[in-house]
Order: sequence, then C-alpha cells, then structure tokens
Amino acid sequence: MSYRQARYDEPLIFELRGESDFGLECDAPVRLPEGMERQGLDLPDLPEREVVRHYVDLSQMSFGVDNGMYPLGSCTMKYNPKYADRLSSLPTVASVHPCQDEDSIQGALRLMRELEKALCAISGMDAVTLQPAAGAHGEFTGMLIAKAYHARRGQPRTEVIVPDSAHGTNPASAAMAGFTVIEVPSGPDGCIDLEALGAALSERTAAVMVTNPNTLGIFEKDIVELARMVHAAGALLYYDGANLNAIMGMTSPGAMDFDIVHFNLHKTFATPHGGGGPGAGPVGVKEFLEPFLPVPRIVSEEGRFGLDYDRPDSIGKVRSMFGNFAVLVRAYAYILVQGGDGLRDVSQRAVLASNYLKSRVVPPYEMPFAPLRKHEFVVSAKRLAKEKDVHATDVAKALLDRGFMSPTVYFPSLVEEALMIEPTESESKETLDRYAEALREIADGAPEEIRAAPRSTSVARVDEVYAAKELTLSWRIYRQRGLE
Amino acid sequence: MPLDRRMLDELGIGSVEELFSDIPEEVRTDGIPLPPGKSEMEVVRYMQELLSANLTAESAPCFLGGGVYHHFIPSAVGTIVSRSELATSYTPYQAEISQGMLQSLFEYQSYIAELTAMDAVNSSNYDWATALGEAATMCHRILPKRTFLVPEAMCWDKRSVLGNYVSGAALNVVGYCYDPFTGGLDLDDLRSKMTPDVCGIYAEVPNLFGVIDPQVPKLKQEFPDVPLVVGVNPLSLALVRPPGEYGADIVIGEGQPLGLPMNVGGPSLGLFACRMEHVRKMPGRLIGMTRDREGRRAFCMTLQTREQHIRRSKATSNICTNEALLAVAVSVYLGIVGGKGLRAIARLNMRNAAALMERVDELEGFDSPVFEGAHFNEFVVRTPVRPAKLNRLLLRRGIIGGLPLQRHVPRMEDHMLLTATEATSAQAMDRLLAALREVAQ
Repeated sequence: MSYRQARYDEPLIFELRGESDFGLECDAPVRLPEGMERQGLDLPDLPEREVVRHYVDLSQMSFGVDNGMYPLGSCTMKYNPKYADRLSSLPTVASVHPCQDEDSIQGALRLMRELEKALCAISGMDAVTLQPAAGAHGEFTGMLIAKAYHARRGQPRTEVIVPDSAHGTNPASAAMAGFTVIEVPSGPDGCIDLEALGAALSERTAAVMVTNPNTLGIFEKDIVELARMVHAAGALLYYDGANLNAIMGMTSPGAMDFDIVHFNLHKTFATPHGGGGPGAGPVGVKEFLEPFLPVPRIVSEEGRFGLDYDRPDSIGKVRSMFGNFAVLVRAYAYILVQGGDGLRDVSQRAVLASNYLKSRVVPPYEMPFAPLRKHEFVVSAKRLAKEKDVHATDVAKALLDRGFMSPTVYFPSLVEEALMIEPTESESKETLDRYAEALREIADGAPEEIRAAPRSTSVARVDEVYAAKELTLSWRIYRQRGLE
Repeated sequence: MPLDRRMLDELGIGSVEELFSDIPEEVRTDGIPLPPGKSEMEVVRYMQELLSANLTAESAPCFLGGGVYHHFIPSAVGTIVSRSELATSYTPYQAEISQGMLQSLFEYQSYIAELTAMDAVNSSNYDWATALGEAATMCHRILPKRTFLVPEAMCWDKRSVLGNYVSGAALNVVGYCYDPFTGGLDLDDLRSKMTPDVCGIYAEVPNLFGVIDPQVPKLKQEFPDVPLVVGVNPLSLALVRPPGEYGADIVIGEGQPLGLPMNVGGPSLGLFACRMEHVRKMPGRLIGMTRDREGRRAFCMTLQTREQHIRRSKATSNICTNEALLAVAVSVYLGIVGGKGLRAIARLNMRNAAALMERVDELEGFDSPVFEGAHFNEFVVRTPVRPAKLNRLLLRRGIIGGLPLQRHVPRMEDHMLLTATEATSAQAMDRLLAALREVAQ
C-alpha cells in the first residue's frame, strides 16, 4: 500500500495577514491600577475562514488512529468510537461548572460513582478515585497513598522498587513523591528476578511497582510469589495499568493481590489521546487504603449523591475539582457498550492480534526472551543494525512511508534496537499481515533507501539535534533573533 | 465481537485460552461482574438521560468562577479539535508524520509566550493547581532552599495539590497575608516571611478575590534573587501588564478561559512558561522549530532529556500524558478572536463585572465589592445570608450563584465570589438582582 501525506508549506499563524471578522467589539474604558496596563499585544487578526483553513491544513499533516494502524507499544492506541465524542460534548457535560451546588450536578456525580464501581469490578479493587489526570499522575497519587499509609502506621518508609523494564514514569513518580528508587534487573526470561527482588526488599521498602504483563509483553510468571514476598516485607504492591488491555476478565490486579492500581482510560478504555492528552488516570485501592484516597469522595444516600471532604486520613487533592470529567464520560460509555463479557473479548482479541503479528515477524528481526506474549511484544533490530547499518529509528521512519505509525522505539532499554509493537484488538488480520509485510520489505530493502526514509510524510527526516541547539521555542524567540 | 478464527488457525491453537496459559490458576478470574454490553443507541440514550440531571450554564444564569469560567466559545474551535488526525493521534514522537500537531503546539507555545511576555512555554500541564506544584519544585531546582511563599488567600484545591507536589522535595509552604482593604498582598507580612530559606514566591494576578494587585510587579525589584512565580488568568493579559515585563521567572495559570468548555472542571489546561535561562529545569513537553534534511522548516519535541522516558527518576517531572488537544483548542480560539477580539472580550468581562458589582452593592444587606482594589471579572461580596444557603435559594429560582469562599479562606464564612464574563447577559444580571433582593429579605 502506498501512502502520501499532505505536504504544505504552511506558514505560522503569526505569518498570516488578514482582517478579523470575529465581530465582538467593546471599547469601554476599564479601570486598572497605575503601572498595570498592558502596553502592547501583537496577536494576528484573521478572518475565521483563514484560521480554519490553516488548522485544517495542519490536521492533514498529522496522523491518528483514524488514519491507520498505530501500534505504539505500551500506548494501547485502539480505535476511539465516535459515540464517546458525542456524549462528552453534550452541554450537560461541557457547560457545567464543577462548583455548582450538589443538587445541580447529580448527573455528573452519579456518572462518576457508577464509573468508580465499574472500574472496581474490572480491576478487583474495592475503591477508586477518578481525580488523577493521567497515568503518571495516577502513579504519583498511588505513591502518595503508600507514603501516607506507612506514615499512619508509624513506620515511614523511604524506598520504592521498580524493575528495569518499567515505564520511565514509574521511577519519576516515585521520586516526585520523595522516595529513593531502587531498580531491580529482569531475569533471562524477561521477568522480574525474584532473587534480586528479595535482596532489594527491606523494612525501608514502601512499595514495589509492577507492570503485568510487563513492557516486554510477558506475564510475570512468579506473580503469586512476588506478591507474597512484597507483603511479607510490609510493603505495598502497585499495579501500573498501562497494560491492562491484556488481561481484562482473565485475571485482575485485585486477584493478583495488588494493593494499588492506576488505570489509563485513554488506553484501555478507548478515549482519544489528543496528540498527547487529555487522558485520565483513576486509581483503585484495596479497602484498607480507602481512607487515604483524595477528597472529595462521592457518597450516596437514598439515591442522592454528595461530596465528602471530611476524610482525616486523605492525602488531600492531586488535581483541582474532580478530574478530567469529559474523559470519564467517554470511558464510561465505552465500558457500557462493551459490557463485562465484551471487555474480556477485547483482551482476548488484543492478545490474539499481538501473538499473530509476532508469529509473522521473521528474521533478521529477533525476538529476545522465550515466553508467550500478551498484548505486545518487543522485537530487536540488532542484527539489521549490525549487518546493514539500518537501525530501529530507520525501521520506524520507513514504516511511516508505508502509512503505518511506527512502534515505540528504543524501549524498554534492556533490549538493544528495540521495536515495541502493540497492535491492539482494533486491527484486522489483513492489516496485521500488511504490517508484517512492511517490516519484511524494510529488512530486505537497500540500506541507503531505508536510511533516507521517510519520503512520503510532510517533511523528511527531522533534525532533532538542531532543534535542541537552537531552542526556537516560540514565535517570540524567532522574532527576537530576527529570523522573520 | 467474535475472534478471528483465521489467526487462531495460523497460530495452530484451538482456543484463545491457550494464549493465557501463562496466568497462574490461583489468580484467574472468570470474566467481569458487569452487565452485558449494550448497543450504541441504548448507551447514548442512557447517558443522555443520566446527564440531564445536570443544570447547565446555558439554561441557567451562572455567576461561578474561581478558576473555571462560563465563556463564549466560537464554533470553529470545536470543528478543528474534532479533526480525527489531531484528536486520535498520540504524543508526536515521530515528528515527520506529526508536523501538523507539532506546529499547532508550537503556535500554542507562541501565543502563550506573547500573552505572558515569557520565552519558553511547555505544551501543557494538567491544570493550574498542578502547574503550581511543578512551579514550586522548579523554584527549588533553581534555588535549592526549602520555603515556598504563597498567598494565604488561595483556592483550597491549589493549596492542597501544592502540598502534595512539594512533599517529595520536603518544601515548607508558608502563607503570607492579604491586605484587608485592598485585597492585594500585605507587603509587610510578606517581608517578615522572607527568610534566607525561601526558594520562591508565588503571587496571583488577578488573585482569588479577582483583584489586580499593583504590588506584584514590585516583588522582583525588592527580592531580585528569589524566583518569582506569577499565576494569571490568561484572558486578563489582553489588558493587564504581562508578568514577563516585571521579571517573573515562571508564569502559570489556567487555560480554560481561552476557549475551553467548563467540563465539570476537567479536562482543562495548565499553563507553564518560564524565562529562557531556566528552560532546562522546566517540566513537560517542549516543541522546537528545526529543519528537515532538505532544509525545510519543521518542528519536533526538544530537550527531551529533561523528561521521564529518558531521565527516569532524575527527570524534572513525571508528566507524560498532558492536555495537548486543549492547547490546540487555545491556539484556534486565539486565532479566531485575534488580538482585537481578545481585548474586546477582556473589556466586556471587566465592564460586566463592574456593573454587577455596583448593582449588588445597592442591595440592602450586601457589601460589594469587599475589597477596594481594581477587579478583573470577579469580586468578593459580603452576603446577609450564608453563601451556601443563598446558593440553594438561588438555585430554586433557576440561577447558579457565586462561589462560597469559606473553604478557601476559613474566616470568610459570609463571603462569596461573584463572576461575570462576556457571556453574562443583562437579563441574567437582572434575574440575579431580583432574586437576591427577594432572598435577602
């Protein structure tokens, strides 16, 4: 399949000239204290038509799941159903102020309470907060809960253990909460090395953060023993929900004896990523940690919903108001459409697609680690790099030329020249076959051709070094340097 | 949806269960205890019905603000952010195929840089409160001391979020008082709290009381060596002197007033800008202008070595997923309204708030505004009836009242923040006034 992206020489909006037709006018004098008046503000005035054309042009130079397969490992880029767009833009969502009297937001409170319960059912946890705005934000919330829990028991703990295959957000979130991060290596099978874990665990360990299946797509085979060890050390077990799409209905964080879990609604529950956000990162906990969840908690009495701020052990707030409500609306709609059985089917299909695609990927791509994979797998382009000087980046760029988003590259770092592929349940066998074929074609291709990719995108290979050297981060800087 | 048997056959397995044989028996679950799935039609109907229990600012006059505002949003904003290519894309790691998203975010950074008169703007934090948390720890990176000064009168949500964000770096958050007459900061009190241990000062323009405080620009003159963080309502910057002109090191704020729906509080958009000299200490994603191999102008993410996926526990922040699409919405909004339009909107906000302020003051039992300072689009009123009760009485009359301030400033149990924007009609004000007259009796 050939692919060609729009290629416009689209000026910056600041370089466009025109006349505004916005129409709203007001010259009323305003009272400002001396020295507080603004002296100048030079923003372009343009007719709506020009602004819309500008951004439509720009949108055509972008690529989303609606354009094609997007197998970014650990990102779960599944298709985003459109009913969710419709529901999240209803005036009863968009035009509601969060500080309205509880009686006037009963719909919002009820929806959030129902979503909390649904997430409990999916994860096997006892209570959920919807406040965190993203996965990493959920991790941070979880770490604050772990800290508060140990402090409440009069045994403050200072360390958090993460495996070397963990997402970067894990150590970053633990560090932000003030913990010292201890990294443990993976064993030859790609799973956490229990001996290394045992050596790292101590009375200083507050929590162990585990992604299961892990970022290699491998289910931690020793999860039962691992949970026992962590709990025997008095530490909490944290579940990074980035890979929840692999296991719904087959097992759950609760069943695996995790104490805290975060969900990525923008992964597992199909809310669009918006080029980086918004997402939502609710956190679920077992009952004994419920008192520590952020305020307010949503409570109900005789069918009326209210907000409870009176929670003395609560960690307080991690975001203003209730969280990313419009994202919650989308995720809840998705859960209702799938239902319990449908969500299990989602995981089964995602794992089937991943294993099928894995079976179609052939040498020179190598598949480090032996075990079965779940929803994603990691391929190494090491041989290709050695034999033809074609690296993971080159493979990624050549895939763009074929109308596919590239996999996640160079992660996890324990695999050299890593290509981390997560096809999700959204893709058909035919698309998966084409992807495998594209990978093969790239491996067989003339190295100089591959290194010259991409050619079909809006621009050719971008110079990231130059960007970091110049640091032109705004029109203001651009103008100051006289680059206009 | 059924499994594709062809894939099972190719894999040579009889059942998909075989692909889950690595999950130990003792942790297996038998499905999910949720009802079966429903059709789109049924779910849309159910959710519409459920959400209809929310009262909207379109059907009832709304005088709430305090960080989230009812503004008019030009239709084109929704049209653009609904474009699938933007909405369903991921973080633009692959720059070549993501130029549109990257340029849109660069334009967002540029717009906020113009408004704040700052150099570097990241392409979003979650919201104002979390941006404040990140700003405090960034101050600590700039100046490794442990006390962060904030206004005592600050939205409680922000105070609580800040407490959590600084807990890791073990910073002390110390509040300074406000001047009971002007509603601005009490400079003497702030001076008394300026110990050698201070790593940063935070001030808001306009502040919680809606007051535009002319003392904030003096802070950098008085304390040149201490990082200054200024929190703004970006809409006010159409008329108010930008913090970059008076030496702010970091500017944060809430982007929601620039064309974003209220969304029951989220998603919204945390603004984060800083001076160039601090850029490597900044949290979040940055888009830079660069060139491609053929010398064409291009954009990409830059200074990624600050970020969690590279630096892990040493990163400037854990943030990954942010609010990028809302940043695009802000660019489109500012594109549509333009410089002239933005000034007009800001003026209308000030004019409507001033009119409301005066009319409320004429009512028996109300003191409006409580503070003498100049206000942007909200102001504090002392009410003859407790604000929470007053709001319930207003609600019965189909009006969404103001923000009770007691949660934020405990001693203000009979104070309420009233807000007017360009979207506040004269009829809405008339209705509020009539209702207030009634309920105050």
